[in-house]
Amino acid sequence: MTSASDVVITGLGATTPLGGDVDSTWKASLAGRSGVRTLDNDWAEKYEIPVSFAGTLAVPSADVLTRPETKRMDPSAQYAIVAAREAWVDAGAPEVDGDRLGAVVASGIGGVWTLLDGWDTIREKGARRVLPLTVPMLMPNSPAANVSIEFGARAGTHAPVSACASGAEAIAYGVQMIRTGRADVVIAGGTEAAVHPMPISAFAAMKALSTRNDDPAGASRPYDVTRDGFVLGEGAGVVVLESAEHAAARGARVYGRVSGLGMSSDAHHIAAPEPTGAGQTAAMQRALEDAGISASDIVHVNAHATSTPLGDMIEARGIRALLGPHADQVALSATKSMMGHLLGAAGAVETILAVLALRERTAPPTINVTEPEPELEVDLVRDTPRDLPAGQIAAINNSFGFGGHNVALVLTST
Amino acid sequence: MAYNEQEILAGLAEIVSEETGLPTDSVLPEKSFTDDLDIDSLSMMTIVTLAEEKFSVRIPDDEVKNLATVGDAVSFISGAQA
Repeated sequence: MTSASDVVITGLGATTPLGGDVDSTWKASLAGRSGVRTLDNDWAEKYEIPVSFAGTLAVPSADVLTRPETKRMDPSAQYAIVAAREAWVDAGAPEVDGDRLGAVVASGIGGVWTLLDGWDTIREKGARRVLPLTVPMLMPNSPAANVSIEFGARAGTHAPVSACASGAEAIAYGVQMIRTGRADVVIAGGTEAAVHPMPISAFAAMKALSTRNDDPAGASRPYDVTRDGFVLGEGAGVVVLESAEHAAARGARVYGRVSGLGMSSDAHHIAAPEPTGAGQTAAMQRALEDAGISASDIVHVNAHATSTPLGDMIEARGIRALLGPHADQVALSATKSMMGHLLGAAGAVETILAVLALRERTAPPTINVTEPEPELEVDLVRDTPRDLPAGQIAAINNSFGFGGHNVALVLTST
Repeated sequence: MAYNEQEILAGLAEIVSEETGLPTDSVLPEKSFTDDLDIDSLSMMTIVTLAEEKFSVRIPDDEVKNLATVGDAVSFISGAQA
């Protein structure tokens, strides 16, 4: 059953460490491949950074954009444009009045390359050499604004920033734009381009990153007892959200519905998750309530699971608290094991993987788990994909960010 | 070292091409930056910044508005070289 306020996904676009588009990313994830690799530069040696690897884009944006596009947009906006173009074409380039089209694209960090390049320019050559497009390129709403301009989205352009929950929050915001009647179609997602020595050094200073330099592909290992931190990744994920009515009227292909939005905040610590996971569970619970379904309807969870010693188990306990014994029958995937943590893009890319899992009835695997945490009371999909049941099925996609932002989305199959 | 006008035109055409995506051979002396090459004020300031660096000259902000065509810019840069 659908109702007029239902919001469906009609287009998908992504550029990730696993592939330059959705299809290649999805196939690589089912194959359990890693997109994490040693960086082809001398940063680790030159700056004494303890981490020499990351999940870098499988297809650099410079390979698919024009030279002026790469000069006029920060990489964060470039990735968003690459993903948005794919999503828009995938949706069949819907005919929609620009006043009914929204753009919500978030980044956790923003234009850090542009910001720091500008500072380097000042120190090396003086302020007169700073390029005039520096501010429009570095501002964190730049990816959203570039998408809005490209597609003529005039219903509103937004960039909700919530660290690693940004991509999921952007989708939630887009859903709300449609539910509240502000738009019929919204291009929504997240992007991140922070594989730069400064963020790597800064995350490393927090001891948040894995330092498994001798085994990059094995470094992101959520729930494994030897996990030692997350792996920085980059990329973008963008979906085309559409009111069910609008999609039906134009006969659009529907991947699934975003049927529940759940948000909460820990109000606890600027970087550490609240240890009981109460806030995370609350977000999931609110998403279920918003979707009007019960925990027993969930068949799949794409976990936030970044491979940090603390965070993974807090989330796993929260999922168990929410689902109870039903958790034993819920296929839980930690796809960051393959592409690393895409920060502000993670929630969007993982929403795409979750909706494809429902549509294809296949949950992608979690790789690198050789010895799972003994207290892990969830049904982890390991190494190979797992079939999901027929009929109407639902999934949860979790995203949590520094600052205590918790966003859970409930996705439902067609 | 001083650049002759032909070298300045070629260098400027490269900068404009990188900024706009136009082919270098369309950046001709008689072309207007705004009317023919569709260059907005921010792009013009970017081109000026890059040209200053490339040709080691100073193009004062007050002067930019007088650079209507590519040829105007070539002449100014040529004259401004030390």
